[in-house]
Amino acid sequence: MAREKPFIHPYIPNSVPEVTEEMLKEVGVTDIETLYEEIPEKLRLRRKLNLPEPLLSEYELKKYVKSILLKNKTCEENLNFLGGGCWQHYVPAVCDEINQRSEFLTAYTGSPYANLGKFQAWFEFQSQMGELVGMEVVSVPTYSWGAAAGNAIRMASRITGRNEVLIPRTIDPARLSTIKNFCQQQDTAGHIDIKQVGYNPETGLLNITELESKISSKTAAVYIENPSFLGFIEPQGAKISEMAHARGALSIVGVDPISLGVLAPPAEYGADIVVGTAQSLGIHMNCGGGSIGFIATRDEEKYVAEHPSLLISITDTVEEGEYGFYLCKSERTSYDLRDKGKDWVGTAVGLWAITAAVYMALMGPKGFKEIGQTIIQKSHYAIKLLSEVKGVKALFQQNVFKEFVVNFDAIGKSVSDINKALLKYNIFGGYDISKEFPELGNSALYCVTEIHSQEDIQKLANALREVLAG
Amino acid sequence: MKKNVKLRKFHAPVWSEPVIMEMGNKGERGIIMPEVEEEIQAAIGDAESYIPEEMRRKEEPALPEISQPQLLRHYEHLSEQTVGMEENIDISQGTCTMKYSPKVNEMLARMPQMTEIHPYQDEDTIQGCLEIMYQLDLFLREISGLDKFTFQPCGGSQAAYTNVCIIAAYHASRGELAQRNEIITTIFSHPCNAATANTAGFKVITLMPEENGRPSLEALKAVCSEHTAGLMITNPEDTGIYNPQIREFVDTVHTAGGLCCYDQANANGILGITRAKEAGFDGCFFNLHKTFSSPHGSMGPGCGAYGCTEELAKFLPYPVVTFDGTKYHLEYGRPDSIGKASEFIGNIPSVLKAYGWIMSMGAEGLLKVAQISTLNNHYLDKMLMQIPGIVKYYDTGKRRIEQVRYSWEKMEKETGCGTEDVRRRMVDYGLQQYFTSHHPWVVPEPFTPEPCETYSKEDCEYWAAVMAQISKEAYTDRKILKKAPHNSTIHKLNYETFDDPQKWAMTWRAFLRKKGGK
Repeated sequence: MAREKPFIHPYIPNSVPEVTEEMLKEVGVTDIETLYEEIPEKLRLRRKLNLPEPLLSEYELKKYVKSILLKNKTCEENLNFLGGGCWQHYVPAVCDEINQRSEFLTAYTGSPYANLGKFQAWFEFQSQMGELVGMEVVSVPTYSWGAAAGNAIRMASRITGRNEVLIPRTIDPARLSTIKNFCQQQDTAGHIDIKQVGYNPETGLLNITELESKISSKTAAVYIENPSFLGFIEPQGAKISEMAHARGALSIVGVDPISLGVLAPPAEYGADIVVGTAQSLGIHMNCGGGSIGFIATRDEEKYVAEHPSLLISITDTVEEGEYGFYLCKSERTSYDLRDKGKDWVGTAVGLWAITAAVYMALMGPKGFKEIGQTIIQKSHYAIKLLSEVKGVKALFQQNVFKEFVVNFDAIGKSVSDINKALLKYNIFGGYDISKEFPELGNSALYCVTEIHSQEDIQKLANALREVLAG
Repeated sequence: MKKNVKLRKFHAPVWSEPVIMEMGNKGERGIIMPEVEEEIQAAIGDAESYIPEEMRRKEEPALPEISQPQLLRHYEHLSEQTVGMEENIDISQGTCTMKYSPKVNEMLARMPQMTEIHPYQDEDTIQGCLEIMYQLDLFLREISGLDKFTFQPCGGSQAAYTNVCIIAAYHASRGELAQRNEIITTIFSHPCNAATANTAGFKVITLMPEENGRPSLEALKAVCSEHTAGLMITNPEDTGIYNPQIREFVDTVHTAGGLCCYDQANANGILGITRAKEAGFDGCFFNLHKTFSSPHGSMGPGCGAYGCTEELAKFLPYPVVTFDGTKYHLEYGRPDSIGKASEFIGNIPSVLKAYGWIMSMGAEGLLKVAQISTLNNHYLDKMLMQIPGIVKYYDTGKRRIEQVRYSWEKMEKETGCGTEDVRRRMVDYGLQQYFTSHHPWVVPEPFTPEPCETYSKEDCEYWAAVMAQISKEAYTDRKILKKAPHNSTIHKLNYETFDDPQKWAMTWRAFLRKKGGK
């Protein structure tokens, strides 16, 4: 539809024709086109972009976009048991209140003066995460757990001068794929070879004999996770770290920090680098957009020098008793050194770091302990109830934290069929791992957190009973 | 064009805020989470019994114990001590396109239909997300002329890395990766291009500018060979200079057998004006948190939307969104894919916000954005060039696009006050510190304002007036600059800490240890 009126947009003050004219006059041109005289004609797009007509009224825009979003079915209206690295935990109102503050939402790189609050909040993220994992250095977080693990493996490779890493077979395949991209293609300088270590088929725990046979003087690091992707707690951390250290390799441990009120901090069982996500700490799932990864190390120069991300240090100012916060050894980074920097750094998840800082402070030591206990009890209750359903078997279920593998081999129905059927009960069943872990048969990864009530768990068991019988 | 601008009085909030780690009292609680039901407790027993002995936490983490109102006040004070784009005339952070992030899109992104969605939900239950992803893909195809986009990279640098992984996969698929081990970039392209190429195992060749601010075609030809894997280049570069020979650059690299990627993180000045396709590129990326209005979020979460030609599309990270005419799908079975750029399907709230912004703009709006950004830049330039001490490098009389890299070199020589001094002083006038330049400082004493379409004529005049005032101060009483800031949240930092292992402290526990001299 042709518009008679000039195109004046509420987001563009100088779109008012009189203002545009006045400014053009000031810069000494009559036609705005003149400003583009440097762009050769052959590269000019001499047609209108083929895009939908603009929805200039905010009401119409909101109504239209909302109508699309309403096609989504949420984990609020449905009962959700999906996890696998993105989990449904309760997000305290204060977390949302703070991350919606316009100052945090719209700040960017900024200065230690005009952005004091942002830098201090980052330092508070680092400080609290340091307490949880037992490390003195934590960096400003990166995109995701996989990115953090990828960076950590590269750090280990540089520190040891070695190009091989050992990773459990039980790792999340999506995370492993992310890590692979950090380890580069074969045939490139600096390619890091990933070797996977199998597990005990009864318990899921890392096969120590196999580790022993694969670890060597080429090994840069041994990477393990706690809790593992498949849910169980890996108690052999101290032994694994010891084996790594004996061969001159580093020990890297990936964690879900919401477990650390009840689980031992990885530094205690020998980790040299700790990585993980903080999505569980006050950040909505956001269809995966709540991802965040962190990296923690000891406060030793050789580690600090290899961190690719920003590190915020506390300092003093010319005014007695005043704190300031800014970048420690920023000349390590690719912002300063380009291709000579440590990997690369960029805009990642600053707002989520602030959100997780708020969450950790809200929870405190008691909150973390309680939530850890609650999650363990509810998960094991779910295992108990589901195990009573005919045809359902929980695997590696002895020591799980919040996720566990549910096997349906006895029934002869695929996970995808079962999940389709559960949808009719308004239940999102567990994540289908049958393709990626064929050795575990027809299995799904179920996740239970503090938000699942006893009734919710009973509802799942009842629905499964009906679905599997049907 | 001297403007009569009256500078406002300003003082930043000073709260002398303690660190959260030293706040509260033992026993205070910030939040209570659901407790386990009695029946569960009875059926399951204590949680401890499910944790192997050696994995039990023995000492509580030394986290703060603080009540909710006090905690909220603390973080609200910290936010008050942060100047966001919304709180100031953020022309300062050039190359970053600090544009307005519309509130309506924020409200939409806060709907549970976005926040309470799990990425592994059945396709049927996330049709809204997939539709928005697919539609934005179509929009960006039109805006760039390329054939397929992914939103999996969650930032511009991650998009650059995705691109270099695709370059590697392409050459590997032709058996030429071992031979093609060089990536070419330019010094005024964003450092992520050089850094990601190095991380992926390539040798990086960086072209330097000639007198006119641009690298020459001859210099490019001299480094192209059978070792060339690709070109990763920003245009317009950080200087605001548009390379009119860009097509010839691309053709040269293609002739040598390399691929070309356009860093369009900031494409704000050229939307609807010129595209990656006509310049011959194989890939490009847009930062949704720059050009397409998704908020910068204190350094993310953002999104680096990466697009490529049909020929390279098979290498894109999986899954990709497809549409069969009635339903949207996530397509996984892609044997040539580089795998995952990140674990899930990208930062979908950012995709939503960019989608909402384009829907409010249309073709006419995008063109207007480009034109007004470029006009604002020329308008600001007129004013800045009248200020004593400011010079413009590579000033050949040619027009810049959306930004200019200026220099205080002259003022620094004449007064001893350089760009870092100006930077600290400008916060006293309520402005965010400006972006100088990435390193190395090829332009000495640099600064790079970017007055995108968000900023009014008066905003531009005010920003220039602050620069004029600071220049005046430098020439009359340099102490003002040297001791700045004066009206900010805190005073001048002790910068020595940051390079001293005995003093730096990235956590409170390290700070306490070092302060205690342990």
